[in-house]
Amino acid sequence: MPITHPNLHLNRLDGAIPAWLGEISPDDLLPICQNVSDGGGRLLALWGSDVRDQGNGFALHVSLVNEAGLICLSMALDTAQPVYPDISRIFPAVARMQRAAYDLLGIYAQESQDHRKWIRHGAWHGFPLRKDFVNHQTHPHPNLPPMPSHQSSPASGRGGEREMQSSIPEGEGTMARSPAENVDQPLDAYPFVRVEGQGVHEIPVGPIHAGIIEPGHFRFSVVGERVLRLEERLGYTHKGIEKRFESLTLQQGARLAGRVSGDSTVAYAWAYAMAAESIAAVTPPERALWLRALLLERERIANHLGDLGDLGNDVALSFGFAQFWILKEQVLRNNAALFGHRYLMDKIVPGGVAVDLTAFGKSTLRDECTMLEREVRVLRGIYEEHAGVQDRFIATGRVEPKLAAQLGLCGLAGRASAQAWDARVQFACAPYDRLDVRMATYRNGDVAARAIVRFDELFESLRLQREIMDRLVHGDAATEMLEKLPGNGFGVGMVEGWRGEVLVAIHTDATGRFARVHPHDPSWQNWPVLEHAIMGNIVPDFPLINKSFNLSYSGQDL
Amino acid sequence: MPIFQIIRQIVRTGFKTEAPPLPDEALRAEPQRLHGEILRAFGGALSIRQVDAGSCNGCELEIRALNNAYYNIEGLGIKFVASPRHADMLLVTGPVSRHMETALKRAYDATPEPKLVVAVGDCGCDGGIFGESYASCGKVSSVIPVDVVVSGCPPTPVAILQGILTAVSAQKGTSASP
Ligand code: SF4
Repeated sequence: MPITHPNLHLNRLDGAIPAWLGEISPDDLLPICQNVSDGGGRLLALWGSDVRDQGNGFALHVSLVNEAGLICLSMALDTAQPVYPDISRIFPAVARMQRAAYDLLGIYAQESQDHRKWIRHGAWHGFPLRKDFVNHQTHPHPNLPPMPSHQSSPASGRGGEREMQSSIPEGEGTMARSPAENVDQPLDAYPFVRVEGQGVHEIPVGPIHAGIIEPGHFRFSVVGERVLRLEERLGYTHKGIEKRFESLTLQQGARLAGRVSGDSTVAYAWAYAMAAESIAAVTPPERALWLRALLLERERIANHLGDLGDLGNDVALSFGFAQFWILKEQVLRNNAALFGHRYLMDKIVPGGVAVDLTAFGKSTLRDECTMLEREVRVLRGIYEEHAGVQDRFIATGRVEPKLAAQLGLCGLAGRASAQAWDARVQFACAPYDRLDVRMATYRNGDVAARAIVRFDELFESLRLQREIMDRLVHGDAATEMLEKLPGNGFGVGMVEGWRGEVLVAIHTDATGRFARVHPHDPSWQNWPVLEHAIMGNIVPDFPLINKSFNLSYSGQDL
Repeated sequence: MPIFQIIRQIVRTGFKTEAPPLPDEALRAEPQRLHGEILRAFGGALSIRQVDAGSCNGCELEIRALNNAYYNIEGLGIKFVASPRHADMLLVTGPVSRHMETALKRAYDATPEPKLVVAVGDCGCDGGIFGESYASCGKVSSVIPVDVVVSGCPPTPVAILQGILTAVSAQKGTSASP
């Protein structure tokens, strides 16, 4: 048992990772969360579901994790008053998840300090994840006034400042409230927290950013160049992924899961497959599991290469960008040649994989490993000795281990701030249980530490890739397709993607179709920490700090 | 000293790319041909404003790859610019989320005429796997006029370059090769 509590009866779930499910009453939520937190555990995800058709009102689901495994808690909420106790005092990271659960389902955390909308900007009425929601229900946008004048860039002429320029300022209060909108706020108005004080001014940026990156809004309160506060507003790329799942089959859902956050398609596809396999109590063939790990490590390699290049670019070392992106392109081309897709989309399917690796493939990848090890070693030496790089990396965007623990910073950014969690280590599912992954952790929590974690993990992934190829077992079929899920099931999958833990939970209805699918991105945990990381730094360093986290907008907006 | 290391690494990489492995050859020839055509068609100066209107970020990965040495889009005189006011073309990805509808329309309005719009990815073409819903307007052309669509999930950098070329050539009245 991962935890004990008098009112908690946990059942072990089938599947690749140690996970338990327990039904509790909302009254027991706080003490159980406190218990897990006191034991060094964390909160992974929170979501709700509409189970009124089963005569049960609404339900809240909370996923916690400690050294023993995943603890999934479900509790029934009243239909008329779907409330539950606020747990953000124990796990601050949950605050936005609680707000999103209200926006999408209309269940809310009692006594929460922050009732502002999070995912919903006012483009629709009602609660989309309620079963009686009409999916095409939208309301016309109010007539927009002309765009406000162009905001000047707060950034000086240093490398990488382009991201800071706000080409489409999202001016608060620039839109007239239409009378029909007395319930909903107009699309643009959001009550940002204001910082008062002499010489403080606000810089709004986004939602469209200057670089080729996803949309979101950042509001900086600055004195001179120094950032006093950053407040994020996300949700711009919300495209109804969770609702969409409910109309898809198991196979179609695998494609959608692989597009929650395109840069982590392998991690999502695996977590989704793992959740489905948990419900169906099936284990994919051994060879399929080894191939999954190979694909996951290749996703990590490609993303870390790209990020290391971008970090160089942000400190005016365009040489670093050029070199790392050549390497990344070579990895992508090998992916296309050997597996049929540059980013490996749709290659992990429920029940197995849709790829195989030939002897030719193995030798290509071995050559690639040798080449990457050689090149990245040289580049690492250059980054470490380059005074300009070190000057910009060290002590920039620092998150102390204590703050990281308190806020629940996870994934590679967490490991750069001494949060020693890596699902491949703690919950080593096959084949990781035979691979002995070496976790990279550092204490400094600055841009430099997040770069070093990437270097370490890159080398470790290359080592793992070799080992996987050496040990890849023979098997006839890589795949035993899983066609359908049993009814009234619940399953969960968790995979250590390159950014952090990706979780997918699946609930099926009586007929085995999706009642609810919830994908959870590690960015939920890490976005709020970015607000702290920038504090006290100068505005022109924001693109660098932001890039060192490289969080997903799409993954959290859903 | 790092500067010597840097030069040495550049020299080494330079040699390496001159002897490309065989499968690269087709991919390499393609960007070069496209480069020539874009230069002819647009006189070597094209400013693009990229707008992610709700993508899964997969398409952004490929658009960013256009900047790597293999595709070298900047070498063509194609620049990604920060403001739509300085753009000749909008390169739009994603199904357009309802939350990005306004921002996309504003970006379009702010782009000076004559403007080109290229919708990138299956989502931009027809809504892709996300389709239309309470949260998604679906394809880009349901929100702003689109000149060229590039299918693929995500489309390869070569396909995106081709889409850019097609839009540019059509505008200039020159014929783009398929
Ligand atoms: S086309 Fe594919 S890669 Fe592009 S945004 Fe849509 S799902 Fe993502």
